[in-house]
Amino acid sequence: MSVLVVVECDGGEVKKSSLEVASYGSQVAQLLGTTATAIAVGEATEANLAQLGEQGITKVLYDAEPRLKDFVNGAYTKLIAAAAQQEDSKVIVLANSNIGAAVGSRLSVRLQASLATNVVELPKNDGGQFTVKRGAFSGKAFADVVLSGDRKILAVKKNSIEALHEAGKTAQVESFSAQLTDADFADAPKQVVMQEQTGGVLLPEADKVVSGGRGMKGPENWNLIEDLAKALGAATACSKPVSDVDWRPHHEHVGQTGITVSPNLYIACGISGAIQHLAGVNSSKVIVVINKDPEAPFFKAADYGIVGDVFDVLPKLTQAVKELG
Amino acid sequence: MKFLVCISNVPDTTTKIAFTPDNKEFNKAGVQFVINPWDEYALTRAIELKEAQGGGTVTVLNVGEADTEPNIRKALAIGADDAIRVNAFPKDAFFVAQQIASIAKDGGYDVILMGKESIDYNGFQVHGMVGELLGIPTVAPAMKLDMSGNTATLEREIEGGKEIVEVNTPFVASCQQPMCEPRIPNMRGIMTARTKPLKVVEPVGDAPRTEVAAYALPPKKEGVKLIPAENAGELIKLLRNEAKVI
Ligand SMILES: Cc1cc2nc3c(=O)[nH]c(=O)nc-3n(C[C@H](O)[C@H](O)[C@H](O)COP(=O)(O)OP(=O)(O)OC[C@H]3O[C@@H](n4cnc5c(N)ncnc54)[C@H](O)[C@@H]3O)c2cc1C
Repeated sequence: MSVLVVVECDGGEVKKSSLEVASYGSQVAQLLGTTATAIAVGEATEANLAQLGEQGITKVLYDAEPRLKDFVNGAYTKLIAAAAQQEDSKVIVLANSNIGAAVGSRLSVRLQASLATNVVELPKNDGGQFTVKRGAFSGKAFADVVLSGDRKILAVKKNSIEALHEAGKTAQVESFSAQLTDADFADAPKQVVMQEQTGGVLLPEADKVVSGGRGMKGPENWNLIEDLAKALGAATACSKPVSDVDWRPHHEHVGQTGITVSPNLYIACGISGAIQHLAGVNSSKVIVVINKDPEAPFFKAADYGIVGDVFDVLPKLTQAVKELG
Repeated sequence: MKFLVCISNVPDTTTKIAFTPDNKEFNKAGVQFVINPWDEYALTRAIELKEAQGGGTVTVLNVGEADTEPNIRKALAIGADDAIRVNAFPKDAFFVAQQIASIAKDGGYDVILMGKESIDYNGFQVHGMVGELLGIPTVAPAMKLDMSGNTATLEREIEGGKEIVEVNTPFVASCQQPMCEPRIPNMRGIMTARTKPLKVVEPVGDAPRTEVAAYALPPKKEGVKLIPAENAGELIKLLRNEAKVI
């Protein structure tokens, strides 16, 4: 019986959120007195997979079938289910990503498992009662969920678990085959289109985010947001009205009906802080608000604030970051 | 083409969240409930596709007790043809998925649409469970949906991009922006909604697989530290030396 961890890879690299998931999984394994095995999906290299030893993974299973490079729900579900069967896994851990949620929900039915998504802490296993804490009400609350099933699947929210790094430890990489057929690839993508990211940082994975609202006045001013983001190594984001009028693409829209983010640092520029916006960002560790209106509701949710004009303040911040060296 | 659109009944997006004194349940007192905002995309897109095809039906489905009927009527006013309510409190995602799958199996629906997730429990689970229970593909989360005959072309959001996926009916999709502009009911819609059929059925299936032991609110923030705009650069030093986030 080992804990099974689903590791997503992209372009040969393990995603940051999957390093967190691997760390989570190995700590759950420790709690249950067993080891953690990973099943890797996406395009991976053996060297990168072996490095998952640093996150406490003992063994990594990898199916080199080329059609598994892109996400295919049918095939991934079958692959992970087969790995869970082989490892006799009672607990499966994956990222609360678009892939994790899509495959985790199918898997929970196939394996008759209890599923908790949006998980933010390690589980408690008290007297046979298995409880996890998850975010609820769009980040406005938490719920302790009891998973009653014999098997459990946990989808871990990004940036809620610190990734372990035990330098030098390696995992054993084994090839694995789930004997996939053409039918398993019925929902394979016809085309994959990647979007341009500021400074190459993906918003859902980012640990720093610089975000702009209607106070930025227009798309021609976004260079101020981008300059600060580049200097910090941050991703850029925006409020809903900004993407509604196409100043910025939809995939940058954060909030209740957009992407939920929980970076270490969220800098909100010219955003009022409506409750629906806060819902998507209020689990960020540190929130900075720049707004010329001292009454803007966002200041109530902020750790640091500047009452001022974004057009004056943002260049000063970018300059100060550059001076840090 | 027969569309089945699943809607959930959630606290209005401006609601301040509070719980009952034992922290076991959401405190509904004084709270206005709305159609889950994500589900409005599913509903409107189904109506648009039906109109474009010049035929077919849109059925709305809600798992909920009688107090959800005003929002079911609202969905009918927006343009759905008929509605089904499974008369049960939605205990967990699996329980809800079982109800949807059971209705879908008997109803011969071609396309099952729902929102990406509900804004209260944020499960992001029901779509996949329904797909697996019925043995049909799920596309989640979908940002675009077009139909040509029995083939659907969807844009699925992935981290950092999107994928174009083609599936044949029947299938399940969970919807999100920017799929369409959600519609609001007009006067004629509100009048006709009153006479459209709303069938109430009893729940099926096994026990739920998860249970909420307790809810909690996040700890209160300590209060904002303000930095004068003239010394904006000071903020960066604080973020490095005090907050240690850069
Ligand atoms: C069902 C529903 C779902 C929603 N979902 C979301 C969501 O997911 N995400 C989201 O963001 N919103 C969402 N909203 C919208 C939300 O209610 C607000 O309308 C939105 O967040 C406001 O965006 P904003 O702060 O950019 O704009 P505004 O509210 O117009 O605020 C602009 C701010 O900029 C400040 N400002 C102006 N000029 C300057 C300047 N020169 N320097 C500094 N500050 C300046 C102003 O003082 C003001 O505070 C939703 C609404 C509904 C009804």
